[in-house]
Amino acid sequence: MSEDSKHLEITLETQVESVNLAEEMCLRVAEAAGFGEDDCYRIGMSVREGVINAFHYGNEERPEKKIHLALDLTPDKMTIHVLDEGKGFDLRSVPDPLAEENLLSTSGRGIFLMRAFMDEFQVVPGRTGGAEIIMSKKLPLSGNPGTNGKSGQGAAPKQEA
Amino acid sequence: MALRATYREAAGITVVDIGGRITLGEGSALLRKTIRELLEDHRTLILLNLADVDYIDSSGIGELVSAFMGVKNRGGSLKLLHLTKKVHDLLQLTKLFTVFEVYSDEGSALRSYR
Repeated sequence: MSEDSKHLEITLETQVESVNLAEEMCLRVAEAAGFGEDDCYRIGMSVREGVINAFHYGNEERPEKKIHLALDLTPDKMTIHVLDEGKGFDLRSVPDPLAEENLLSTSGRGIFLMRAFMDEFQVVPGRTGGAEIIMSKKLPLSGNPGTNGKSGQGAAPKQEA
Repeated sequence: MALRATYREAAGITVVDIGGRITLGEGSALLRKTIRELLEDHRTLILLNLADVDYIDSSGIGELVSAFMGVKNRGGSLKLLHLTKKVHDLLQLTKLFTVFEVYSDEGSALRSYR
């Protein structure tokens, strides 16, 4: 890893408190990296949703399982990995929360929010056998106008390739 | 900031003043408990004043939808008042603006129940 890159890893318990802990940790890194207030909000929300997903759906709230959070900060972007110890899942099987029949659902918006708020988002099979969410946000000074502004808040989430 | 919720009567409507974060855990649980208490007390015309709610995550959104449906299923109506920009944008993004009635003025909100 180059001198310009930073890597952080933390193993979290499968408990509600881990959601706030992960959010706070990532927010500190994002602020120090130079992200503006709006982008920090989006990054913080995405980390929350990723850890909630691991806590609730991946690890099924089982305390013996862990949540593995990693951050990679390069001159271009901040990348967040959230890995659970569940059974994994296929993004294509996640219902669209904007579909008329799902609007009144009381759950199922986390993936949608991560896709909407981050520049890159994917779910891959993790080394634990569970799902690994990998999402990144481009740094505001890396020639990506709009990543730090307010205009992207209402943007539609990116479609899966 | 932990969620706080108090309620008051205005023109026959129960106005719930909420502040803090509606997120997974205590925030969502307090909102759920507050709505349950109101319904047990047969208060089914509810206006949620979210002026001091600065943050909602997907769990909080789910709790708002659950409250909306719970009140509706009892023949009542739950509406929203004074959204902060973040909450406004989040409801717009998730298309829940098409579900909730949202007001920026308490008087107008109260009159809408007539």
